[in-house]
Amino acid sequence: MTETTIADQPVNPVEPFLRTERMPHIWCPGCGIGTTVNCFARALVESKIALDKVAVVSGIGCTGRVAGYVQLDSFHTTHGRAIPFATGLKLANPSLTVVVYSGDGDLIAIGGNHFIHAARRNADIKVICVNNFIYGMTGGQVAPTTPIGAMATTSPYGCFERPFNLPFLAESSGAVYVARWTAYHVRHIAHSMAEAFSKKGFCFIEIIAPCPTLYQRRNRLGDGLDTMKYYKQKSVIKNGASTKDVDLDLRGEIVVGKFVDINRPTLEQTMDLQLQHALGSSYSGGGGR
Amino acid sequence: MKANPAAVLTGTHFIDGDQACCEGALAAGANFSAGYPITPSTEVVERFAWRIPTVGGTFLQMEDELASSIAIQGATWAGAKAFTVTSGPGFSLMMEHIGYAAMTETPCVFVDVQRGGPSTGLPTLPGQGDMMQARWGSHGDYEIIALCPNSPQECFDLMIDAFNLSEQYRTPVLFMMDECVGHMTEKVVIPPADEIEIQPRRYTSLPPQEYHPFQPCADGIPEMVKAGDGYRIHVTGLTHDEQGYPAMEWRTQEKLVRRLVEKIRTHVPKIVRYEEKNIEDADVVVVAYGITSRIALRAIEMAREEGIRAGLHRPIVAWPFPEERLRELAGRVKGLVVVEMNYGQMFYEVERCVAERARTLLVPHGGGTVHEPEAILAAIREAVR
Repeated sequence: MTETTIADQPVNPVEPFLRTERMPHIWCPGCGIGTTVNCFARALVESKIALDKVAVVSGIGCTGRVAGYVQLDSFHTTHGRAIPFATGLKLANPSLTVVVYSGDGDLIAIGGNHFIHAARRNADIKVICVNNFIYGMTGGQVAPTTPIGAMATTSPYGCFERPFNLPFLAESSGAVYVARWTAYHVRHIAHSMAEAFSKKGFCFIEIIAPCPTLYQRRNRLGDGLDTMKYYKQKSVIKNGASTKDVDLDLRGEIVVGKFVDINRPTLEQTMDLQLQHALGSSYSGGGGR
Repeated sequence: MKANPAAVLTGTHFIDGDQACCEGALAAGANFSAGYPITPSTEVVERFAWRIPTVGGTFLQMEDELASSIAIQGATWAGAKAFTVTSGPGFSLMMEHIGYAAMTETPCVFVDVQRGGPSTGLPTLPGQGDMMQARWGSHGDYEIIALCPNSPQECFDLMIDAFNLSEQYRTPVLFMMDECVGHMTEKVVIPPADEIEIQPRRYTSLPPQEYHPFQPCADGIPEMVKAGDGYRIHVTGLTHDEQGYPAMEWRTQEKLVRRLVEKIRTHVPKIVRYEEKNIEDADVVVVAYGITSRIALRAIEMAREEGIRAGLHRPIVAWPFPEERLRELAGRVKGLVVVEMNYGQMFYEVERCVAERARTLLVPHGGGTVHEPEAILAAIREAVR
């Protein structure tokens, strides 16, 4: 029997995209976030984007830790505020591809106001939202995405609030690209991410992902593997579906696909256009732009 | 480095403090601002929105103060010089991001045109009730730099210093105006650009493989890079090591927080600034800042007319507090009278420095209008009695 050394092992193709010195990561076994990061790395490869010009901005929470693991310029900001940080970053250096990578609680609860306004402005940022229906980092509290009836530590008798339908929220706020996948759809996720990187404007990708520790277990939805089987069986790909019709519930069908892909001038473009129109040749541009 | 002539409105102007503050920011090299409207500060960003497109830079009105106060930090990490402007309730909302800037050592300037409070208080009328909030408002422990202009001219001059200090020490700098100073119109002389000294950002010259984003230089301050330059940095509000990586244990916390505090404390003599009048022979010293210092001057004149030897000590830099000077004064005067538009904030700093070696009296005011000089005079009389 020959001995296998580490040097003989094939290098994982996503390794160059990770801060491997920071491994092991904090995510639980069966968590979907790591899967999405794998897709993210593959999307960077697929899009052939210059990595020195990609910046990742996260808020707070389990998904908020993504910024700390990617081998890119990365900013772990405050709770809910990744989007306005990213807006400033992008406006001051438009040559950057700015990706906001965060969770449902961070982006949609505490950061909800920034989410709708960045979409309205069509800020040129790519928002990846890992939606696990729960606050994982703090121990499993109810979120604005928690389905009615689902158990959480702060809804011990079941959630009684209607959750947000995130693709509908994104589209109605002005996003130019809206897609939803589950952590089972790894190739679709990577492809959507690559599409978003090459598209101008506010792009939103929701990724439904398991939180086996705090959501699946408390709601008797099995472990990570059971959840993958559920995603496989209950997901229906409906590209172009009306976002009005893609609400989610506890155990029902999950409509996935690319729902929106339109073109609209970005914040930078409308700003330049208006200021050029008003000021003519005395407009000096945005500084960094 | 000298100021950019395209940004400097050289000449003699008749403008208010808010406008002068904006011109100071432009002269200092600010090319990014994000703001949310709030009285009595809005004129600063209104002017910036009007001026910046022809100078070169960006203004964006955000959806709230939380967004404004973090958008400027995103811009800073992209290489911009950035500031935001607010008042009262907005200042409260920005506290978390003052802490983020302190923790991530992001140079930027926060302007607070103080109005009467607490809460919505007196939107159009003055107050000086945010001075301790400026010092301690964000959670956790850090040192801060805060400046207090008392005229439109100083709003211009000190705004340049505010940006320079924030670059020198890689810290948020707070610019503590008040409604009177903000809305008072006076002569403001803006010098030629080549007479304005600018502290450039302290960018590293090290290559990426040798660079650690939070490794301090000899003066305790790390050098910076910006996003997109190939350094692949990580910046976090979590307790972090010199590499910028989170480390959830007390030794890293101790090392980091100690450095954040020490990088200001060890440079206090360079940062502290004050103005004094009639201090040489004074038996009583009036301590006042912002608009209040100008009312105090009238009271000091009245006291001198009565034969009371009164003088003024005016902190220009409020934080760090001019402790050493206050200790010196305490050793040689009968009393110190602190005049401020609140019910005692900087007063406690003065008391601490005086340490019962002289009388200390507070002339408080809830805000909404300035003190009557007579009220200050009464305290001056009491101090020498």
